[in-house]
Amino acid sequence: MANDPIHQFQISKLLDISVGGLDLSFTNSSLFMVATVAGAAGFLALATSGRALIPTRMQSLAELSYEFVASTLRSSAGSEGMKFFPLVFSLFMFVLVANLFGMIPFFFTVTSHIIVTFCLALLVIGTVTVYGFYRHGFHFLGLFVPHGVPAPVVPLVTAIEVISFLSRPISLSVRLFANMLAGHITLKVFAGFVATLTGMGALGFAGAILPLAMTVALTALEFLVAFLQAYVFTILTCMYLNDALHPGH
Amino acid sequence: MNLFITSAYAQDQAPGAPEAGVNAPAVAPESPDLGHGAADATHAEVGHEAAGEHGGAFPPFDPTYFGSQILWLVLTFGFFYWILSKKILPRLGGILEVRSDRIAADLGEAERMRAETDAAVAAYEQALAEAKKKAGAIAQDTRDKVKSDLDARRGAIEAELSTKLTAAEARIADIKAKALAEVEEIATETTEAIVSALIGQSSRDEAAAAVSSVRKA
Repeated sequence: MANDPIHQFQISKLLDISVGGLDLSFTNSSLFMVATVAGAAGFLALATSGRALIPTRMQSLAELSYEFVASTLRSSAGSEGMKFFPLVFSLFMFVLVANLFGMIPFFFTVTSHIIVTFCLALLVIGTVTVYGFYRHGFHFLGLFVPHGVPAPVVPLVTAIEVISFLSRPISLSVRLFANMLAGHITLKVFAGFVATLTGMGALGFAGAILPLAMTVALTALEFLVAFLQAYVFTILTCMYLNDALHPGH
Repeated sequence: MNLFITSAYAQDQAPGAPEAGVNAPAVAPESPDLGHGAADATHAEVGHEAAGEHGGAFPPFDPTYFGSQILWLVLTFGFFYWILSKKILPRLGGILEVRSDRIAADLGEAERMRAETDAAVAAYEQALAEAKKKAGAIAQDTRDKVKSDLDARRGAIEAELSTKLTAAEARIADIKAKALAEVEEIATETTEAIVSALIGQSSRDEAAAAVSSVRKA
């Protein structure tokens, strides 16, 4: 069991809650969602509580994340996109902190479950679609008919655009989920090699050096991936929001 | 390796759970990539445990807890969004705005002070130039005054000296004339005395005529 790379994704009930036959238990996943929110919101609240003109280190970090997300959003969706800033910033911080919490040993990785990332992706696409229709009415559908395309290929291009639009929530959610899942499994597998080999005497001990080095390198890589996937999720959200704001390409 | 396990899960669940069976196809296609390692004791054990606990589905695809995960995600993320948009982001944005305003104000103040300094320097230089001009004028004035004073005094003294000179010259001429007049009388007397001593007799008038004739010569 110690070497099972899948066990870390297992959900276990902490508090049994069932409503009308639907299992809504408070699980370890729920616990780490709460921890993610508490950690991120707590950090931001604590860091900005001083409201210092010259920021402390923590406040500087909070400001850095604010400006990072703000500049990402502004550069892809324009200053009009800033009305979605709370949403984009929440998504970025939630995914980032959830990913980073997942890097702590024995912690559950919330974003390694497809349903979680899929819900977040649906939130993004739902916002884009609802806002697009609310703002532009049926002109929003112009998103699927690019300008300057010769008439004969319009149906084909439109079909491709529709498919690409529909596949967005899937690609958005699978990208994050698969990265987290695969990274954690790989890490666990290499760490498992170390544990297995060291149990096999002197020769195994020597042989464990390579997987140990791999584990160390992969840990660094996984920290990079944790940040990068949060960033990718954010920047794609910004680009989709740009479509809702300016559907005319 | 993991996917190999998932195929084991899939086999385990196939007879038992119908809803997990829906998931199995999603997992199964991936298993061929993974090759076929021998099912060792560890994996069998794992498969068993997982099967015992949750019906054996690969956890991320196990729909047993989908409802729970969605509910708790909505609750936690909703709260997160609410607290960020209502409390934290306005505060953070406020901090940044106050700072940028402060920097802009400080830059403006610095600019204003610089302009003030420039004006003060210009005023100082102008005052300095004026003072220099004034000092030059005063010096020139004084110099002129002293010079004219000097000239006047020199003129007066020169005039005085020239009148004194004229008076002296007049006196000299007077004395000279007087002396010359006396010379004739003395010469006549001397001539008379010499003649009388030589010839025993003399005439005053002859002596005077002789003297004047000699003098005229």
